[in-house]
Amino acid sequence: MQGAVDPLVFQLSIFVLAVFVGYYVVWSVTPALHTPLMSVTNAISSVIIVGALIAAAPAAMTQSKILGLVATALVAVNIFGGFAVTQRMLVMFRKRKP
Amino acid sequence: MPANLAALLYLTSAVLFILALRGLSNPESARLGNVFGIIGMAVAILTTVLGARTAAYGEMALAIAAGGAAGLVIAFRIKMAAMPQLVAAFHSLVGLAAVLVAAAAFYHPAAYGIVDALGQIRTPSRVEMSLGVVIGAVTFTGSIVAFTRLQGIISGDPVVFRGQHALNVVIGAIIVLLLGTFVHTPSTDVFWVVTLLALVLGVTLVAPIGGADMPVVISMLNSYSGWAAAGIGFTLENSALIVTGALVGSSGAILSYIMCRAMNRSFLSVILGGFGGEAAAQAVRAADRAVTAGSAEDAAFILKNASSVIIVPGYGMAVAQAQHAVRDMAEALKRRGVHVAYAIHPVAGRMPGHMNVLLAEANVPYDEVFALEQIDSEFQATDVAYVIGANDITNPAARDDPSSPIYGMPILDVDRAKTVLFVKRSLAPGYAGIDNGLFYKPNTMMLFGDAKKMTEEIVKAL
Repeated sequence: MQGAVDPLVFQLSIFVLAVFVGYYVVWSVTPALHTPLMSVTNAISSVIIVGALIAAAPAAMTQSKILGLVATALVAVNIFGGFAVTQRMLVMFRKRKP
Repeated sequence: MPANLAALLYLTSAVLFILALRGLSNPESARLGNVFGIIGMAVAILTTVLGARTAAYGEMALAIAAGGAAGLVIAFRIKMAAMPQLVAAFHSLVGLAAVLVAAAAFYHPAAYGIVDALGQIRTPSRVEMSLGVVIGAVTFTGSIVAFTRLQGIISGDPVVFRGQHALNVVIGAIIVLLLGTFVHTPSTDVFWVVTLLALVLGVTLVAPIGGADMPVVISMLNSYSGWAAAGIGFTLENSALIVTGALVGSSGAILSYIMCRAMNRSFLSVILGGFGGEAAAQAVRAADRAVTAGSAEDAAFILKNASSVIIVPGYGMAVAQAQHAVRDMAEALKRRGVHVAYAIHPVAGRMPGHMNVLLAEANVPYDEVFALEQIDSEFQATDVAYVIGANDITNPAARDDPSSPIYGMPILDVDRAKTVLFVKRSLAPGYAGIDNGLFYKPNTMMLFGDAKKMTEEIVKAL
């Protein structure tokens, strides 16, 4: 074997392992909570905001910066809306009163 | 911020996201899980913003505040019955954001650290970026079609035309070819042509899928939005994004699988679409068979004298907003000593778990609500099955008639209960377009009318 491992291979390893983690974690989700599962996965996939913020960061107004700011605002809708609506649903799931 | 510290913080946020999903194994731990998710998101955003060394804090904060305020207003105003279209709309935003971020990285690759010594975008980044943009664009327009259909802006009927599948294959093939040239020489024109084609593909992929197959469509788009995020995560070399994308992608894929299994259809047959369009004609000849129709008073009398009742809700309950009336009926019966439970079929409603949320909204305790496999064996020991707004998922033909188009689909065996009370507007067939033999059984009483009104009248009569 020669040379150093490309960072891409490390990322691919993380990705593949995370798919397996996702597989086992999601099968353990109770079917009654499948709707909150969708809304919360939607909220966390909005972590794509990190990419939008990098584009929005430079001081100069460029095409990238405008794209970044628009994307930031769009996924902010998802982040706040997604977590809030998930919480609203989860609060409604109550046990029978004894 | 040192790159190593930032990477560790992104790892922390990925772990918090995993805990957020883990929490959903139980309603009690789910609320805490959601808090973990919020913390994870805050960690990721702060790490990015503090690591950016920028003068643009004000603009970033403004963009987040504007979007965040809109999101909160929507989240607190939305009706629970409208949750499927809200989720579809949210998916479209993730898809669009993936396209925009990929475009930003394409125009200004140096900011993302993805250029080689010659100032060109590195080849692996070209691949990751183009995958992110294609999946993002398909998610965006596909979710918009799903949203308009769920919101009732366009009809729930599948849009089918000749050569549709061929068209999708051709568009897909052109996209793949263009991606090849883009990876070779990244040009602006090719980037936008690919994006445009992927936007068209999103529409042509989802348009042929009808209303009741929406649980599969929403799950599938959920999955796509995850894969798009993962693609962008590779471009950014960001572990939080890669892990989250993988989690969301596999979550959506599992939900799609669960929904398909609950309809005994292959994923391919669902996404190829066009199901239930033409078969409605055969129901007409069956319509002159005798049915027993009853009034709310008749139903109340039967329910009162039962010792156990199972309520089977479907999409019709959501449309009529009858969940509160159903709960009132259940409470009235419980006060009389009747044992009441709810049975939920996996594809009841328009998205996975739709019925559970509506019942929870109406303050039905979740330990009275059971999934198909938990409760199906109990119907034969039950006096009354109260079917409200469901149809195909109770059709005995799926179990008994090998010639039926829905044969093999797991159903709730309501016909094994001593009496079936079936609330329905008319004898019209359900989504699958096939007649339900249950209507004509001697132990079935049809309660013709609006789901909500009928249930309220029963409550009055109790």
